Amino acid sequence: MEAVIVGVGLHPFGRFPGKSAMDLAAEAVRAALDDAGVGWPQVQAGFVGSLEVYNPDAIVGRLGLTGMPLRGVFNGCATAGTALAMAARAIETGEHDLAIAIGMDKHPRGAFAADPSVAGLPSWYGQTGLFLTTHFFGMKINRYMHDHGITHQTLAGVAAKNFRNASANENAWRRTPLSVAEILGSPVLNYPLRQFMYCGPDEGAGAVVLCRADQAHKYAGRPVRVRACALRSRRIGAFELQSPSLPVAEHAPSPTVDASREAYEIAGIGPQDVAVAQLQDTDAGSEIIHMAENGLCKDGEQERMIADGETEVTGRLPVNTDGGLIGNGEPIGASGLRQIHELVRQLRGTAGARQVAGEPAVGYAHLYGAPGVSAVTILST
Amino acid sequence: MTGSRQIPVAEGLFTWPSDEPRLIGAQCADCGLVRFPVGSACQRCGGTDATDKLLSDRGTLWTFTTQDFRPPSPPYDGADTATTFQPYALGYVELPGEVMVEARLTEPDPARLAIGQPMRLAIVPYSVSADGTQVMTFAFAPAGEESSARAAAREA
Repeated sequence: MEAVIVGVGLHPFGRFPGKSAMDLAAEAVRAALDDAGVGWPQVQAGFVGSLEVYNPDAIVGRLGLTGMPLRGVFNGCATAGTALAMAARAIETGEHDLAIAIGMDKHPRGAFAADPSVAGLPSWYGQTGLFLTTHFFGMKINRYMHDHGITHQTLAGVAAKNFRNASANENAWRRTPLSVAEILGSPVLNYPLRQFMYCGPDEGAGAVVLCRADQAHKYAGRPVRVRACALRSRRIGAFELQSPSLPVAEHAPSPTVDASREAYEIAGIGPQDVAVAQLQDTDAGSEIIHMAENGLCKDGEQERMIADGETEVTGRLPVNTDGGLIGNGEPIGASGLRQIHELVRQLRGTAGARQVAGEPAVGYAHLYGAPGVSAVTILST
Repeated sequence: MTGSRQIPVAEGLFTWPSDEPRLIGAQCADCGLVRFPVGSACQRCGGTDATDKLLSDRGTLWTFTTQDFRPPSPPYDGADTATTFQPYALGYVELPGEVMVEARLTEPDPARLAIGQPMRLAIVPYSVSADGTQVMTFAFAPAGEESSARAAAREA
Protein backbone atom coordinates (compact mmCIF):
# COMPACT_ATOMS: atom_id res chain seq x y z
CA MET A 1 0.00 0.00 0.00
CA GLU A 2 1.43 3.36 -1.05
CA ALA A 3 2.04 6.04 1.59
CA VAL A 4 0.83 9.58 1.02
CA ILE A 5 1.58 12.76 2.94
CA VAL A 6 -1.57 14.39 4.31
CA GLY A 7 -0.07 16.91 6.70
CA VAL A 8 3.03 19.05 6.98
CA GLY A 9 4.09 21.41 9.74
CA LEU A 10 7.14 23.58 10.24
CA HIS A 11 8.43 25.76 13.01
CA PRO A 12 10.34 28.64 11.39
CA PHE A 13 14.12 28.17 11.23
CA GLY A 14 16.41 30.67 12.96
CA ARG A 15 17.28 31.59 16.55
CA PHE A 16 14.62 31.40 19.25
CA PRO A 17 16.04 32.30 22.67
CA GLY A 18 14.04 30.86 25.53
CA LYS A 19 12.44 28.13 23.43
CA SER A 20 13.72 24.57 23.62
CA ALA A 21 14.08 22.27 20.62
CA MET A 22 11.19 20.27 22.05
CA ASP A 23 9.02 23.41 22.16
CA LEU A 24 9.77 24.05 18.48
CA ALA A 25 8.98 20.45 17.57
CA ALA A 26 5.69 20.42 19.48
CA GLU A 27 4.58 23.46 17.46
CA ALA A 28 5.60 21.80 14.21
CA VAL A 29 3.72 18.61 15.12
CA ARG A 30 0.55 20.55 16.03
CA ALA A 31 0.76 22.38 12.69
CA ALA A 32 1.14 19.09 10.79
CA LEU A 33 -1.78 17.52 12.70
CA ASP A 34 -3.94 20.58 11.95
CA ASP A 35 -2.98 20.39 8.28
CA ALA A 36 -4.04 16.74 8.20
CA GLY A 37 -7.13 17.38 10.30
CA VAL A 38 -6.26 14.72 12.88
CA GLY A 39 -5.56 14.62 16.59
CA TRP A 40 -2.42 13.23 18.21
CA PRO A 41 -4.26 10.18 19.66
CA GLN A 42 -5.01 9.01 16.08
CA VAL A 43 -1.30 8.81 15.20
CA GLN A 44 -0.30 5.16 15.42
CA ALA A 45 3.48 5.33 15.10
CA GLY A 46 6.31 7.78 14.59
CA PHE A 47 10.01 8.36 13.98
CA VAL A 48 11.86 11.32 15.45
CA GLY A 49 15.39 12.62 14.85
CA SER A 50 17.73 15.15 16.48
CA LEU A 51 21.44 15.74 16.98
CA GLU A 52 21.32 17.91 20.08
CA VAL A 53 18.35 16.39 21.90
CA TYR A 54 19.36 13.21 23.69
CA ASN A 55 15.80 11.87 23.98
CA PRO A 56 13.76 13.44 21.18
CA ASP A 57 11.10 10.78 21.76
CA ALA A 58 10.33 12.56 25.05
CA ILE A 59 8.21 14.89 22.90
CA VAL A 60 5.27 12.58 23.70
CA GLY A 61 5.21 14.41 27.05
CA ARG A 62 4.18 17.59 25.19
CA LEU A 63 1.67 15.93 22.85
CA GLY A 64 -0.06 13.25 24.89
CA LEU A 65 1.09 10.01 26.46
CA THR A 66 -0.86 7.64 24.23
CA GLY A 67 1.58 4.74 24.39
CA MET A 68 2.23 4.83 20.65
CA PRO A 69 5.62 3.55 19.41
CA LEU A 70 7.89 6.57 18.69
CA ARG A 71 11.35 5.54 17.52
CA GLY A 72 14.45 7.75 17.55
CA VAL A 73 16.52 7.80 14.35
CA PHE A 74 19.80 9.46 13.41
CA ASN A 75 21.86 9.66 10.21
CA GLY A 76 23.63 13.02 10.52
CA CYS A 77 22.41 15.51 7.93
CA ALA A 78 20.28 12.74 6.36
CA THR A 79 18.37 12.14 9.62
CA ALA A 80 15.05 13.52 8.39
CA GLY A 81 15.29 11.37 5.27
CA THR A 82 15.43 8.34 7.54
CA ALA A 83 12.54 9.54 9.72
CA LEU A 84 10.35 10.05 6.65
CA ALA A 85 11.43 6.78 5.01
CA MET A 86 10.69 4.76 8.15
CA ALA A 87 7.27 6.40 8.57
CA ALA A 88 6.44 5.72 4.91
CA ARG A 89 7.66 2.13 5.28
CA ALA A 90 5.43 1.60 8.34
CA ILE A 91 2.47 2.51 6.10
CA GLU A 92 3.65 0.58 3.03
CA THR A 93 4.09 -2.65 4.96
CA GLY A 94 0.58 -2.34 6.38
CA GLU A 95 1.86 -2.20 9.95
CA HIS A 96 0.18 1.17 10.57
CA ASP A 97 -2.44 3.37 8.89
CA LEU A 98 -1.29 6.77 10.15
CA ALA A 99 2.32 7.66 11.02
CA ILE A 100 4.40 10.75 11.69
CA ALA A 101 7.99 11.86 11.01
CA ILE A 102 9.42 14.53 13.33
CA GLY A 103 12.73 16.39 13.32
CA MET A 104 14.09 19.03 15.70
CA ASP A 105 17.35 20.73 16.59
CA LYS A 106 18.80 23.72 18.39
CA HIS A 107 22.51 24.15 17.66
CA PRO A 108 24.94 26.57 19.30
CA ARG A 109 26.47 29.23 17.04
CA GLY A 110 29.52 28.52 14.89
CA ALA A 111 31.09 25.54 13.18
CA PHE A 112 30.20 22.12 14.55
CA ALA A 113 32.82 21.05 17.09
CA ALA A 114 33.26 17.49 18.23
CA ASP A 115 35.95 15.06 19.23
CA PRO A 116 37.12 12.97 16.23
CA SER A 117 36.30 9.84 18.21
CA VAL A 118 32.60 10.46 17.50
CA ALA A 119 33.42 9.60 13.88
CA GLY A 120 35.85 6.81 14.71
CA LEU A 121 38.89 8.97 13.93
CA PRO A 122 42.15 9.37 15.89
CA SER A 123 42.72 12.33 18.24
CA TRP A 124 45.61 13.84 16.21
CA TYR A 125 43.17 14.44 13.34
CA GLY A 126 41.32 16.94 15.52
CA GLN A 127 44.36 18.29 17.40
CA THR A 128 46.12 19.32 14.18
CA GLY A 129 43.06 21.10 12.76
CA LEU A 130 41.91 18.58 10.14
CA PHE A 131 38.57 17.57 11.71
CA LEU A 132 36.29 20.19 10.16
CA THR A 133 33.60 19.02 7.75
CA THR A 134 33.81 22.36 5.93
CA HIS A 135 37.28 21.36 4.64
CA PHE A 136 35.67 18.64 2.57
CA PHE A 137 33.25 21.05 0.92
CA GLY A 138 36.06 23.46 0.04
CA MET A 139 38.24 20.68 -1.35
CA LYS A 140 35.47 18.99 -3.33
CA ILE A 141 34.25 22.14 -5.09
CA ASN A 142 37.84 23.32 -5.68
CA ARG A 143 38.57 20.11 -7.60
CA TYR A 144 35.16 20.27 -9.32
CA MET A 145 35.79 23.85 -10.49
CA HIS A 146 39.18 22.73 -11.85
CA ASP A 147 37.69 19.73 -13.68
CA HIS A 148 34.44 21.27 -14.96
CA GLY A 149 35.05 24.98 -15.43
CA ILE A 150 32.81 26.33 -12.66
CA THR A 151 33.63 29.93 -11.67
CA HIS A 152 33.62 31.84 -8.38
CA GLN A 153 30.88 34.01 -9.91
CA THR A 154 28.65 30.94 -10.24
CA LEU A 155 29.22 29.97 -6.61
CA ALA A 156 28.09 33.45 -5.60
CA GLY A 157 25.15 33.25 -8.02
CA VAL A 158 23.81 30.16 -6.26
CA ALA A 159 24.09 31.76 -2.82
CA ALA A 160 22.40 34.95 -4.08
CA LYS A 161 19.51 32.89 -5.48
CA ASN A 162 19.00 31.07 -2.20
CA PHE A 163 19.02 34.29 -0.14
CA ARG A 164 16.56 35.78 -2.66
CA ASN A 165 14.26 32.76 -2.32
CA ALA A 166 14.53 32.95 1.47
CA SER A 167 13.47 36.59 1.40
CA ALA A 168 10.10 35.40 0.05
CA ASN A 169 9.78 32.70 2.69
CA GLU A 170 8.21 33.72 6.01
CA ASN A 171 9.76 30.65 7.71
CA ALA A 172 13.34 31.32 6.57
CA TRP A 173 16.22 32.56 8.74
CA ARG A 174 18.35 34.67 6.35
CA ARG A 175 15.71 36.87 4.74
CA THR A 176 17.91 39.74 3.56
CA PRO A 177 18.84 39.42 -0.12
CA LEU A 178 22.58 39.64 -0.84
CA SER A 179 24.11 40.56 -4.20
CA VAL A 180 26.74 38.52 -6.02
CA ALA A 181 29.21 41.34 -5.31
CA GLU A 182 28.43 41.29 -1.57
CA ILE A 183 28.85 37.51 -1.48
CA LEU A 184 32.16 37.66 -3.38
CA GLY A 185 33.26 40.40 -0.96
CA SER A 186 32.69 38.30 2.17
CA PRO A 187 35.72 36.67 3.84
CA VAL A 188 37.03 33.33 2.62
CA LEU A 189 36.42 30.61 5.21
CA ASN A 190 37.69 27.59 3.27
CA TYR A 191 38.96 28.49 -0.19
CA PRO A 192 37.12 28.89 -2.55
CA LEU A 193 34.12 29.11 -0.19
CA ARG A 194 33.27 32.42 1.46
CA GLN A 195 31.20 33.27 4.52
CA PHE A 196 27.98 34.02 2.60
CA MET A 197 28.31 30.83 0.54
CA TYR A 198 27.81 28.65 3.64
CA CYS A 199 24.75 27.65 5.60
CA GLY A 200 24.95 28.01 9.38
CA PRO A 201 23.77 25.73 12.17
CA ASP A 202 20.56 27.11 13.74
CA GLU A 203 17.24 26.03 15.27
CA GLY A 204 14.02 24.65 13.87
CA ALA A 205 11.61 21.73 13.65
CA GLY A 206 9.40 19.97 11.15
CA ALA A 207 6.76 17.24 11.08
CA VAL A 208 5.07 15.22 8.34
CA VAL A 209 1.91 13.10 8.73
CA LEU A 210 1.48 10.11 6.39
CA CYS A 211 -1.37 7.67 5.79
CA ARG A 212 -2.40 4.82 3.46
CA ALA A 213 -3.23 6.14 0.02
CA ASP A 214 -6.67 4.50 0.11
CA GLN A 215 -7.53 6.35 3.31
CA ALA A 216 -6.32 9.80 2.24
CA HIS A 217 -9.90 10.99 1.73
CA LYS A 218 -10.44 10.80 5.48
CA TYR A 219 -7.95 13.62 6.10
CA ALA A 220 -8.01 17.34 5.41
CA GLY A 221 -4.63 17.84 3.74
CA ARG A 222 -4.46 17.42 -0.03
CA PRO A 223 -2.42 14.20 -0.40
CA VAL A 224 1.02 14.07 -1.98
CA ARG A 225 2.38 10.66 -2.94
CA VAL A 226 5.66 9.29 -1.57
CA ARG A 227 7.12 7.65 -4.66
CA ALA A 228 10.55 6.67 -3.35
CA CYS A 229 12.86 6.93 -0.34
CA ALA A 230 16.45 5.79 -0.66
CA LEU A 231 19.46 6.07 1.64
CA ARG A 232 23.00 5.03 0.79
CA SER A 233 26.34 5.17 2.59
CA ARG A 234 29.67 5.77 0.90
CA ARG A 235 31.49 3.12 -1.09
CA ILE A 236 35.23 2.53 -1.15
CA GLY A 237 36.79 4.95 -3.64
CA ALA A 238 34.26 7.77 -3.15
CA PHE A 239 35.73 11.18 -2.30
CA GLU A 240 34.23 11.60 1.16
CA LEU A 241 34.58 13.74 4.23
CA GLN A 242 36.43 12.72 7.39
CA SER A 243 38.87 10.59 5.40
CA PRO A 244 42.52 10.77 6.54
CA SER A 245 43.31 8.82 3.38
CA LEU A 246 41.54 7.63 0.24
CA PRO A 247 42.46 4.99 -2.36
CA VAL A 248 44.33 6.20 -5.45
CA ALA A 249 43.38 3.88 -8.28
CA GLU A 250 39.81 3.18 -7.30
CA HIS A 251 36.99 5.62 -7.83
CA ALA A 252 33.31 5.37 -6.91
CA PRO A 253 30.61 8.03 -7.14
CA SER A 254 29.24 9.85 -4.11
CA PRO A 255 26.50 8.08 -2.13
CA THR A 256 24.27 10.82 -3.55
CA VAL A 257 24.59 9.22 -6.99
CA ASP A 258 23.75 5.79 -5.59
CA ALA A 259 20.74 7.01 -3.59
CA SER A 260 19.51 9.09 -6.52
CA ARG A 261 19.65 6.23 -9.02
CA GLU A 262 17.91 3.90 -6.60
CA ALA A 263 15.15 6.44 -5.91
CA TYR A 264 14.50 7.11 -9.61
CA GLU A 265 14.30 3.38 -10.23
CA ILE A 266 11.88 2.73 -7.35
CA ALA A 267 9.70 5.67 -8.42
CA GLY A 268 9.76 4.88 -12.13
CA ILE A 269 10.46 8.58 -12.55
CA GLY A 270 13.43 10.12 -14.37
CA PRO A 271 15.40 13.30 -13.75
CA GLN A 272 13.66 14.90 -16.76
CA ASP A 273 10.35 14.62 -14.88
CA VAL A 274 11.51 16.60 -11.82
CA ALA A 275 9.65 19.91 -11.64
CA VAL A 276 11.13 21.28 -8.43
CA ALA A 277 14.16 20.11 -6.42
CA GLN A 278 15.46 20.67 -2.89
CA LEU A 279 19.17 19.81 -2.85
CA GLN A 280 21.56 19.79 0.13
CA ASP A 281 23.27 23.20 -0.11
CA THR A 282 25.58 23.06 2.90
CA ASP A 283 27.45 25.56 0.74
CA ALA A 284 26.97 26.98 -2.74
CA GLY A 285 29.44 24.50 -4.21
CA SER A 286 27.47 21.57 -2.82
CA GLU A 287 24.30 22.70 -4.62
CA ILE A 288 26.22 22.90 -7.90
CA ILE A 289 27.77 19.45 -7.50
CA HIS A 290 24.50 17.92 -6.29
CA MET A 291 22.66 19.12 -9.39
CA ALA A 292 24.85 16.78 -11.44
CA GLU A 293 25.08 13.99 -8.87
CA ASN A 294 21.27 13.81 -8.75
CA GLY A 295 21.11 13.46 -12.53
CA LEU A 296 19.55 16.89 -13.07
CA CYS A 297 22.34 18.08 -15.40
CA LYS A 298 25.72 17.06 -16.73
CA ASP A 299 28.97 18.03 -14.99
CA GLY A 300 29.85 21.58 -16.02
CA GLU A 301 26.42 22.52 -17.37
CA GLN A 302 25.71 24.36 -14.12
CA GLU A 303 27.86 27.28 -15.25
CA ARG A 304 25.43 28.13 -18.05
CA MET A 305 22.30 27.05 -16.15
CA ILE A 306 22.99 29.40 -13.22
CA ALA A 307 23.89 32.27 -15.58
CA ASP A 308 20.62 31.71 -17.46
CA GLY A 309 18.55 31.56 -14.26
CA GLU A 310 17.36 28.00 -14.92
CA THR A 311 17.37 27.11 -11.22
CA GLU A 312 15.43 30.22 -10.13
CA VAL A 313 11.80 29.82 -9.00
CA THR A 314 10.86 31.09 -12.47
CA GLY A 315 13.36 28.84 -14.28
CA ARG A 316 13.17 25.48 -16.03
CA LEU A 317 14.42 23.56 -12.97
CA PRO A 318 13.80 25.48 -9.73
CA VAL A 319 16.23 24.43 -6.97
CA ASN A 320 15.84 25.28 -3.27
CA THR A 321 12.76 27.42 -3.77
CA ASP A 322 12.43 28.12 -0.03
CA GLY A 323 16.03 29.32 0.26
CA GLY A 324 17.59 25.94 0.98
CA LEU A 325 20.06 25.49 3.80
CA ILE A 326 21.82 28.72 2.88
CA GLY A 327 18.63 30.68 3.51
CA ASN A 328 17.24 28.58 6.35
CA GLY A 329 20.29 27.29 8.18
CA GLU A 330 20.62 23.66 9.20
CA PRO A 331 18.99 22.30 12.33
CA ILE A 332 20.22 18.83 11.46
CA GLY A 333 17.30 16.70 12.62
CA ALA A 334 14.73 18.96 10.95
CA SER A 335 16.43 20.09 7.75
CA GLY A 336 15.09 17.34 5.51
CA LEU A 337 11.53 17.82 6.74
CA ARG A 338 11.78 21.50 5.76
CA GLN A 339 12.53 20.25 2.23
CA ILE A 340 9.46 17.97 2.31
CA HIS A 341 7.32 20.81 3.70
CA GLU A 342 8.34 23.03 0.79
CA LEU A 343 7.82 20.32 -1.84
CA VAL A 344 4.36 19.49 -0.50
CA ARG A 345 3.39 23.15 -0.68
CA GLN A 346 4.76 23.40 -4.21
CA LEU A 347 2.93 20.25 -5.37
CA ARG A 348 -0.29 21.44 -3.73
CA GLY A 349 0.11 24.81 -5.44
CA THR A 350 0.10 26.67 -2.12
CA ALA A 351 3.68 28.02 -2.07
CA GLY A 352 2.53 31.63 -2.40
CA ALA A 353 5.06 34.16 -3.65
CA ARG A 354 7.55 31.44 -4.57
CA GLN A 355 5.08 29.06 -6.24
CA VAL A 356 6.61 27.31 -9.24
CA ALA A 357 4.39 27.88 -12.28
CA GLY A 358 2.78 25.15 -14.37
CA GLU A 359 1.38 22.95 -11.59
CA PRO A 360 4.55 21.00 -10.72
CA ALA A 361 3.84 17.27 -10.43
CA VAL A 362 7.16 15.82 -9.23
CA GLY A 363 9.26 17.06 -6.31
CA TYR A 364 12.75 15.83 -5.44
CA ALA A 365 14.48 16.11 -2.05
CA HIS A 366 18.16 15.32 -1.38
CA LEU A 367 20.25 15.24 1.80
CA TYR A 368 23.96 14.63 2.20
CA GLY A 369 26.36 14.72 5.12
CA ALA A 370 28.90 13.08 7.40
CA PRO A 371 30.23 10.45 7.35
CA GLY A 372 29.30 10.07 3.67
CA VAL A 373 25.58 9.34 3.68
CA SER A 374 22.84 10.53 1.35
CA ALA A 375 19.05 10.28 1.38
CA VAL A 376 16.75 10.99 -1.56
CA THR A 377 12.96 11.29 -1.48
CA ILE A 378 10.75 11.63 -4.55
CA LEU A 379 7.21 12.96 -4.19
CA SER A 380 4.47 13.40 -6.79
CA THR A 381 0.90 14.59 -7.08
CA MET B 1 67.94 22.96 15.56
CA THR B 2 67.98 25.63 18.24
CA GLY B 3 67.74 23.14 21.05
CA SER B 4 64.00 23.40 21.66
CA ARG B 5 62.48 20.00 22.26
CA GLN B 6 60.22 18.54 19.56
CA ILE B 7 57.69 15.74 19.96
CA PRO B 8 55.35 14.15 17.39
CA VAL B 9 51.61 14.78 17.85
CA ALA B 10 51.11 10.99 17.95
CA GLU B 11 53.29 7.89 17.88
CA GLY B 12 53.18 5.65 14.82
CA LEU B 13 52.18 8.37 12.34
CA PHE B 14 55.57 9.10 10.80
CA THR B 15 59.20 8.12 11.32
CA TRP B 16 60.70 10.74 13.60
CA PRO B 17 63.24 12.01 14.25
CA SER B 18 64.70 11.31 10.84
CA ASP B 19 66.54 13.13 8.06
CA GLU B 20 64.20 11.42 5.59
CA PRO B 21 60.90 11.15 7.48
CA ARG B 22 58.15 9.01 6.00
CA LEU B 23 54.47 8.51 6.79
CA ILE B 24 53.68 5.10 8.25
CA GLY B 25 50.80 3.47 6.39
CA ALA B 26 49.61 -0.10 6.17
CA GLN B 27 48.83 -2.52 3.38
CA CYS B 28 45.94 -4.95 3.80
CA ALA B 29 47.15 -8.56 3.80
CA ASP B 30 43.90 -9.70 2.21
CA CYS B 31 43.18 -7.23 -0.61
CA GLY B 32 46.33 -5.12 -0.84
CA LEU B 33 44.70 -1.74 -0.25
CA VAL B 34 47.12 0.83 1.15
CA ARG B 35 45.81 3.07 3.93
CA PHE B 36 46.96 5.83 6.26
CA PRO B 37 47.14 5.87 9.23
CA VAL B 38 47.72 2.20 10.11
CA GLY B 39 44.29 1.85 11.76
CA SER B 40 42.68 -1.42 12.66
CA ALA B 41 40.84 -2.64 9.56
CA CYS B 42 40.76 -2.33 5.79
CA GLN B 43 38.08 0.03 4.50
CA ARG B 44 37.60 -2.04 1.34
CA CYS B 45 37.35 -5.60 2.66
CA GLY B 46 37.24 -5.23 6.44
CA GLY B 47 40.38 -7.38 6.77
CA THR B 48 42.28 -6.91 10.02
CA ASP B 49 45.65 -8.36 8.93
CA ALA B 50 48.04 -5.78 7.54
CA THR B 51 51.71 -4.96 7.27
CA ASP B 52 53.17 -1.54 7.97
CA LYS B 53 54.33 0.30 4.88
CA LEU B 54 56.47 3.44 4.74
CA LEU B 55 54.78 5.69 2.20
CA SER B 56 56.42 7.70 -0.55
CA ASP B 57 57.49 11.19 0.55
CA ARG B 58 56.57 12.66 -2.84
CA GLY B 59 53.27 13.09 -4.60
CA THR B 60 51.00 15.52 -6.40
CA LEU B 61 48.33 17.83 -5.04
CA TRP B 62 44.87 16.40 -5.89
CA THR B 63 42.85 19.20 -4.31
CA PHE B 64 43.18 21.74 -1.50
CA THR B 65 41.37 24.31 0.62
CA THR B 66 42.26 26.72 3.40
CA GLN B 67 41.34 27.14 7.04
CA ASP B 68 40.90 30.86 7.54
CA PHE B 69 39.47 30.90 11.07
CA ARG B 70 40.73 29.17 14.21
CA PRO B 71 39.12 25.71 14.37
CA PRO B 72 36.88 24.92 17.33
CA SER B 73 39.05 24.01 20.31
CA PRO B 74 38.88 21.33 21.52
CA PRO B 75 39.61 19.28 19.53
CA TYR B 76 42.10 21.71 17.87
CA ASP B 77 45.04 22.28 20.24
CA GLY B 78 47.25 24.81 18.45
CA ALA B 79 48.93 27.21 20.91
CA ASP B 80 47.45 30.19 19.05
CA THR B 81 44.38 32.27 19.90
CA ALA B 82 41.63 33.63 17.68
CA THR B 83 43.76 36.79 17.34
CA THR B 84 47.16 35.19 16.70
CA PHE B 85 45.80 32.35 14.53
CA GLN B 86 47.52 32.07 11.18
CA PRO B 87 45.43 30.60 8.33
CA TYR B 88 46.75 27.36 6.88
CA ALA B 89 46.00 25.26 3.84
CA LEU B 90 45.31 21.56 3.63
CA GLY B 91 44.71 19.14 0.83
CA TYR B 92 44.87 15.61 -0.51
CA VAL B 93 48.24 14.57 -1.88
CA GLU B 94 48.27 11.61 -4.24
CA LEU B 95 51.22 9.31 -3.56
CA PRO B 96 51.50 7.45 -6.89
CA GLY B 97 50.41 3.82 -6.72
CA GLU B 98 49.86 4.04 -2.96
CA VAL B 99 47.21 6.25 -1.42
CA MET B 100 45.84 9.81 -1.25
CA VAL B 101 46.69 11.41 2.09
CA GLU B 102 44.91 14.36 3.68
CA ALA B 103 47.46 16.74 5.20
CA ARG B 104 48.24 20.29 6.13
CA LEU B 105 50.24 22.15 3.49
CA THR B 106 53.17 24.41 4.34
CA GLU B 107 52.02 27.04 1.81
CA PRO B 108 48.97 28.90 3.19
CA ASP B 109 48.25 31.06 0.12
CA PRO B 110 45.76 29.42 -2.28
CA ALA B 111 47.10 31.59 -5.09
CA ARG B 112 50.42 29.78 -4.72
CA LEU B 113 48.89 26.31 -4.79
CA ALA B 114 47.73 24.46 -7.90
CA ILE B 115 46.01 21.13 -8.43
CA GLY B 116 48.55 18.71 -9.91
CA GLN B 117 51.66 20.38 -8.51
CA PRO B 118 54.45 18.20 -7.08
CA MET B 119 54.60 18.03 -3.28
CA ARG B 120 57.03 16.64 -0.75
CA LEU B 121 56.55 15.51 2.84
CA ALA B 122 57.70 17.84 5.63
CA ILE B 123 57.46 17.41 9.39
CA VAL B 124 56.50 20.77 10.88
CA PRO B 125 55.58 22.25 14.25
CA TYR B 126 51.91 23.17 14.56
CA SER B 127 51.74 23.90 18.29
CA VAL B 128 53.93 24.64 21.30
CA SER B 129 53.26 23.32 24.77
CA ALA B 130 53.62 25.41 27.93
CA ASP B 131 57.26 24.33 28.48
CA GLY B 132 58.27 25.35 24.96
CA THR B 133 58.18 21.86 23.47
CA GLN B 134 57.17 21.99 19.81
CA VAL B 135 54.46 19.57 18.75
CA MET B 136 55.20 18.22 15.28
CA THR B 137 52.85 16.98 12.61
CA PHE B 138 53.15 15.91 8.99
CA ALA B 139 52.52 18.29 6.13
CA PHE B 140 53.31 18.59 2.45
CA ALA B 141 55.34 21.38 0.90
CA PRO B 142 55.42 22.43 -2.75
CA ALA B 143 58.34 20.33 -4.02
CA GLY B 144 60.11 23.37 -5.42
CA GLU B 145 60.30 24.81 -1.93
CA GLU B 146 61.24 21.60 -0.19
CA SER B 147 64.68 22.70 0.90
CA SER B 148 63.48 25.98 2.41
CA ALA B 149 60.48 24.33 4.11
CA ARG B 150 62.68 21.63 5.61
CA ALA B 151 65.21 24.20 6.66
CA ALA B 152 62.47 26.25 8.27
CA ALA B 153 61.20 23.20 10.12
CA ARG B 154 64.68 22.50 11.49
CA GLU B 155 65.29 26.09 12.38
CA ALA B 156 61.97 26.56 14.16
